[in-house]
Amino acid sequence: MWRPSGIMDMNYKEDEAIVRTRLQKGLLIASLVAVYLLPLWVGGRLLNFINLITITAISVQGVNILTGLTGQITLGQTAFMAVGAYCVALTTVYWHLSFWLALPLAMFITGLVGLLFGIPSLRIKGFYLAMATLAAQFIIPWFIINIRPDLTFGYDTLPVPSPLIGGFALKSQTSLFYLCMTLGIFGTFFARNLQRSRFGRAFVAVRDNDLAAEIMGIGIFRYKLLAFFICSLYAGLAGGLYAVWMRGVSPDHFTLSESIWLLGMLIVGGLGHPAGVWFGVIFIRTLDLSVRYLGPYVQPFFDADVGTAVAKGMGPAVFGIIGLVFLIFEPRGLYRIWERFKAFYRIWPFSY
Amino acid sequence: MILQFMLNGIMIGAMYGLIGLSIVIIYKSTKVFNFAVGTLLTMGGFICLSLLVRLQLPLYIALPLALGVSGIIGALSERVTLRPLLSQPLLTLIMATLFLDSILQGIIVMSWTTYAFAFPSGMIPGQTLFLGPIFIPHEPFYAFITALICFAIVGFFFKKTQKGLQMRTTAEDQDVAMALGINVNHVFVLTWILSVIVGSLAGVLLGNLVGLQASMTPAMAFKALPGVILGGLDSMAGAVIGGIIVGVLEQLAGGVLGSHYAEVTPYFILLLVLFVRPEGLFGMKRIERI
Repeated sequence: MWRPSGIMDMNYKEDEAIVRTRLQKGLLIASLVAVYLLPLWVGGRLLNFINLITITAISVQGVNILTGLTGQITLGQTAFMAVGAYCVALTTVYWHLSFWLALPLAMFITGLVGLLFGIPSLRIKGFYLAMATLAAQFIIPWFIINIRPDLTFGYDTLPVPSPLIGGFALKSQTSLFYLCMTLGIFGTFFARNLQRSRFGRAFVAVRDNDLAAEIMGIGIFRYKLLAFFICSLYAGLAGGLYAVWMRGVSPDHFTLSESIWLLGMLIVGGLGHPAGVWFGVIFIRTLDLSVRYLGPYVQPFFDADVGTAVAKGMGPAVFGIIGLVFLIFEPRGLYRIWERFKAFYRIWPFSY
Repeated sequence: MILQFMLNGIMIGAMYGLIGLSIVIIYKSTKVFNFAVGTLLTMGGFICLSLLVRLQLPLYIALPLALGVSGIIGALSERVTLRPLLSQPLLTLIMATLFLDSILQGIIVMSWTTYAFAFPSGMIPGQTLFLGPIFIPHEPFYAFITALICFAIVGFFFKKTQKGLQMRTTAEDQDVAMALGINVNHVFVLTWILSVIVGSLAGVLLGNLVGLQASMTPAMAFKALPGVILGGLDSMAGAVIGGIIVGVLEQLAGGVLGSHYAEVTPYFILLLVLFVRPEGLFGMKRIERI
């Protein structure tokens, strides 16, 4: 941002920094402060919605690392979120574990489950790997529903207690906002830095051409599994937060179509960019919300049952159309538009 | 008892085989895996149902009409989603079919609500056949026969007709096909029409057996994917045989272990196949060239 000319890097450290100019630093701090002061101005349902966006963004950051950076397609992200959510729910409810212990534990367990479904990536890729994660999407909820329905309450909702900080329960949306947003920001910074590290570059090499990557000495299988692991860590984190945000977990929340929505958000936002993830999530979730608000206005034009159905069906239809439009006309997503905009205002008014 | 489960499995497996056939037809000539197959066939089933119930048409008019309409839907789907994305990376193609799935899902919900619908009973004449302890309900039996006939027709089409030859050529190598004067776009549209018609037939049969519902029927259709992978993605006979094997194992697991095991057995088979033999029973092993 804002480096037209005259600002030179004097050493490698400056060259590698994410925040490079004083103005950037100022803007970053200002926007962080603005984000953290947000609950002063907005509240209630809007804050609830912002929390949903943050949790979704954490999950999509994971998909971004697996699909955007490493090029492995996953159709099972919400199933992994379910693992995280149920780990947090079960350990806090039955073992009376503190949420702050349960969350890392849930992340770790989700990571291991992710590894398990990542193993086929040794031999297969593309459609076949999508199939393996698709299997996860059906097998994991089945386990949750059928193996110990006395513990997980099967199809019903298992209530989850709110996390405690020194006797104070994080019950309100405001307190959950601080929890989710902090973890979301950390998650985004981690993803951004991972991308610049040795691991991130190896991931990109595997994505671009795995054969070439292997010849250059990158252990493909190790890095693919690592990507699965990190992706599932994010899923576990998002799932755990989702459990306390919903104050309960139920298998209905973790469906295949939700997984497809996560992938769609990534595509719309821009593959491979942690900032694009946020654009995509905010865009699609806002779109979904506005379509849902539009529903009651459309409903009266139809008969009773049909009206409800039309209102219900608009969401997926609009999502699909938007996704296709992005795939065909802007396959690199909103992030690309943002970059073009930055390039535009940087050189404006002399665009050459 | 076991025999009864196996028989049921074969009949359900024939459904899976038909759905699998629909997937394989597209995969074979365009190398696109159509994830929207579930919603496409649900739509075909619903169209047939509407023609039967709303317009009171007899089956022998409603069914061909419904198949024709779904063929048009197939052509439209290809035109809108995949034509602009020719020769794009895999992720893009997968996402395109998933987005198509989402659009169709929305349209189905808007047009036919989320309630479950059953076909009018007695649509297919006949009676349940009792053979000692085993009984064969006539409707799945006809579905089974239809699936076999359909498989034979598609096989004949691919092996013996000129269009089929063009499709096989396109599947082998698109550039060579173009150099030989085959209109590849034309072939792609034709494959989609064929595939969606086969899928819709499966949708009608499935709807006749267990009813249609906007989200349940696509979920059932997803269970055909393990059969396709088991049989090998590029083998038509494999799709049918794989579908039947999955159907039999599913019914056996459901009957012996408990009914909820039936839902998940196909996916365990899927994982097992991916771990052990990803190319499937009859599929071609992919050798990577540099």
